[in-house]
Amino acid sequence: MDIDVKMTVNGKAVSGKVEARTLLVQFIREHLRLTGTHVGCDTTQCGCCVVHVDGVAMKSCTMLAVQAEGKAITTIEGLASADGTLHPMQQAFRDHHGLQCGFCTPGMVMMGVDIANRLPGADEKTVRHQLEGNICRCTGYQGIVEAIMDASAVMNAARS
Amino acid sequence: MGEFGIGQPVRRKEDVRLLTGGGQFTDDIDLEAQVYAAFVRSPHANAKILAIDTLAARSMEGVIAVYTGQDLVDAGMGVMVNEANYVNRSGKPMNKPSRRIMPVEQTRFVGECLAMVVADTPEQARDAAEAVEIDYDVLPAIASTARGLDKDAPHVWPEFGENLVVHWEYGDKDDVEAKLAACHTRVKVDLVNNRLIVSPMEPRCAAAEYDTASGALTVYTPSQGGRRLQMMLARGLLKMAPEKVRVISRDTGGGFGIRSKMYPETVMVAFAARTLARPVKWRGDRSETFVSDYHGRDQINVAEMGLDAHGRASVLKVETLLNVGAYLSENGVRLPMEGGGRIIPCMYDIPDFYFSVKPMFTNTICTDTYRGAGRPEANYIMERLMDAGAQALGLSREEIRRRNFITEAQMPYKTHLGFVLDSGDFDGTMQMALDAADWTGFETRRAESATRGNLRGIGLATFIEGAGSRPIEGMRMRFEANGEVTLFAGTYSHGQGHDTVYAQLVNEFLGVDFDKVTLIDGDTATSPETSNGTFGSRSSMVGGIGVKRAAEAIVAKGRKIAAHLLQTDAERVVFEGGVFRAQSSSITLAEVAAASHDAKKMPEGMALGLDESVVYENDVENFPNGAHICELEIDPETGILEILNYVAVDDCGVVLNPFIVHGQVYGGVMQGVGQALTENVVYDADGQLLSASYMDYGMPRAAHMPMIEALFNVVPAKTNELGVKGAGEAGACGAPPAILSAVGDALSRLGVSHIDMPLTPEKVWRAIQEARVVTAA
Repeated sequence: MDIDVKMTVNGKAVSGKVEARTLLVQFIREHLRLTGTHVGCDTTQCGCCVVHVDGVAMKSCTMLAVQAEGKAITTIEGLASADGTLHPMQQAFRDHHGLQCGFCTPGMVMMGVDIANRLPGADEKTVRHQLEGNICRCTGYQGIVEAIMDASAVMNAARS
Repeated sequence: MGEFGIGQPVRRKEDVRLLTGGGQFTDDIDLEAQVYAAFVRSPHANAKILAIDTLAARSMEGVIAVYTGQDLVDAGMGVMVNEANYVNRSGKPMNKPSRRIMPVEQTRFVGECLAMVVADTPEQARDAAEAVEIDYDVLPAIASTARGLDKDAPHVWPEFGENLVVHWEYGDKDDVEAKLAACHTRVKVDLVNNRLIVSPMEPRCAAAEYDTASGALTVYTPSQGGRRLQMMLARGLLKMAPEKVRVISRDTGGGFGIRSKMYPETVMVAFAARTLARPVKWRGDRSETFVSDYHGRDQINVAEMGLDAHGRASVLKVETLLNVGAYLSENGVRLPMEGGGRIIPCMYDIPDFYFSVKPMFTNTICTDTYRGAGRPEANYIMERLMDAGAQALGLSREEIRRRNFITEAQMPYKTHLGFVLDSGDFDGTMQMALDAADWTGFETRRAESATRGNLRGIGLATFIEGAGSRPIEGMRMRFEANGEVTLFAGTYSHGQGHDTVYAQLVNEFLGVDFDKVTLIDGDTATSPETSNGTFGSRSSMVGGIGVKRAAEAIVAKGRKIAAHLLQTDAERVVFEGGVFRAQSSSITLAEVAAASHDAKKMPEGMALGLDESVVYENDVENFPNGAHICELEIDPETGILEILNYVAVDDCGVVLNPFIVHGQVYGGVMQGVGQALTENVVYDADGQLLSASYMDYGMPRAAHMPMIEALFNVVPAKTNELGVKGAGEAGACGAPPAILSAVGDALSRLGVSHIDMPLTPEKVWRAIQEARVVTAA
């Protein structure tokens, strides 16, 4: 039995018919064809699927599409400005070599934005701890941690 | 040349696409009217297959086809290849079982594919896979490396009468043992090199489509370069003409060695697409990749070294057990010999050497190449021995290494197994690391930790690598009419940043703008005929020099065109900085490129365009090396260990892009930290994989890692014209022994003499408690 869902994704109203068991990540990838959000595991451990739901980082493999009814979703495709200017977090990942193969990257960037929003000025230890739910196999996390700390400072300055 | 040339920390071309969701991983590719595959996997480690009943599955909604191993036999499909051909000293050849794509009579590891369902939706395929009924006669299984060669161990292949694949030997055992007995001091280590889950972040995936009219098959899959997969699929498995099989990898989410291999699921997806004449797609769950991706390492090494009173080692005996799994994977069985064997005894000049390798079959998924592929194991053996030697003789760890290093004066230095080390400043590299880590100031820091009740240790590991394996690779460079350059490569970037580095090289050699260079890789339709792909830290040499040679070919042709346009002789034309000059006249390469597309401007009889293909070939590999120092602290009450400082000094020859090479070092170190501290594959006695998810397997997280200080001691390779040495695998070689050395340093005062990886808090805590009991007694 299909269920109607409506939500806002990257600022646009979207709707669709989904099975009750359809995960938010499936809705994003398969219905909306926004394939920047990745699936890297089946146990909610890897963080490749992190998106923002009403501004908060969420593993989209761990939420049903119907649970996102009426909510505002931001995916990696919605982070940069319309003119293509990268979000400070994306720019910082580039500047600090925070990505190699790029598969964990969208989840890492979305998680990084969330960390910077929640914990402005977080120190290295805090950032590392906050990344418990995101696995990277390429970078040794070094560039990722540096990028999040750097972008966090940029975002903080922009807010004040 | 300026800010984009060799040696510059150029930011990556790849990043904006990957940072904005524009990556195209295999699961991101949907084929028109595709259907979906799911696999039925063996729940048993060893069982006769009595019957496979697919009737119920076939009748389910949406199900298009169900295939078993017998269907593949009936269809005339080939078997999985293994080219290893070792011989026992008795002359008996190695035991070499044939591996079917899916077995018919017996399954030999948990997770083995036994049937495939194709259905309209992924959910229907999964549901139907669960409805496939298989009758098994479950047999005793063996998974343990330590017990795999026991007399009472069940035989994975009863027809061989043993689990031993081959007993491979180098050197004279009796002679080496006699020499060991005569040494002033002997040290022995008994090591477990723990089995690892490789786990690129992109789960394995395959999609295929078949065009009935042309008979052409296209396979999309993550890979480390498609040409070898194409040849295996076409020639051995599907029995098609290679030109009718195209393998495409757009983006691949990490490789680390195991993604260069052919897997049964890939073959099956291709087979189903051809048979059904419909596009078929499969994306593995992470739990499927845990049980069916090849694993890494899994050796037990007993090694003994004999030294004189001055700490000079002269004799070495290494006996290795290797768990290859249930079958022979493409390269697994080769790793101690052709992986680690090419360098062992690593950085040290040890004249007498006996080396025994006993690979064995067990009821587990195969092991195969994983970052370092035999070299981390070899370096681990030697570094543990050197630390043991230092302790036995009361020498410092740096001094015993210094006394045994192969020196630059000894190079070119031929290793026991016939490889030739061309360059390396082992002592200088080690000294850089000692200085950067403030090695001599350590005792103050140890004392400070002690005031907090913590045990602080510092560890040193030096290591050597062998990189650039199978050094032959093609490269094509084409100038477009607008002056932009397109490179067509068979190497394949799956995180290493080739788009960036190759563009730097084009900029360096031809003066073409960095932004005007595009790399096309990951497609057998466009990659050079001669290609092996990207593995074994080979692309800097075989790909980098391919770019250089192609640039030279472009200049050679461009010079003739320039001479024609400047109305002079080609010999008088000089190329520099993107400009051809002859006396006072000149013409840019971009102008020559534009002219090359205009027949009226070209010398008579010359083919239009600047489009040159080359094949780079070398006789030898290169030998990156380094020294890593790890400083850590252990809380004796909990066994929790924290890395406080990590210095990595690497000699990877000429560094093409330090920004990218640092990234390779950090990533390699992390995978070594994982092996040393958190990762361990556990099978139970029945061959069930217990560490089968990220919940059960200790994949290193950000909090396990320190900030690494990465430095270079640049000693250009003498055996290739760029002077490069591979950089990808060094970290995984250096980190495990550096960490073990540091833990040994922290715990040896308590009397802890031996501890195996991974150093989980529990294991460290138990070692401390046991030592305390012994001390108290």
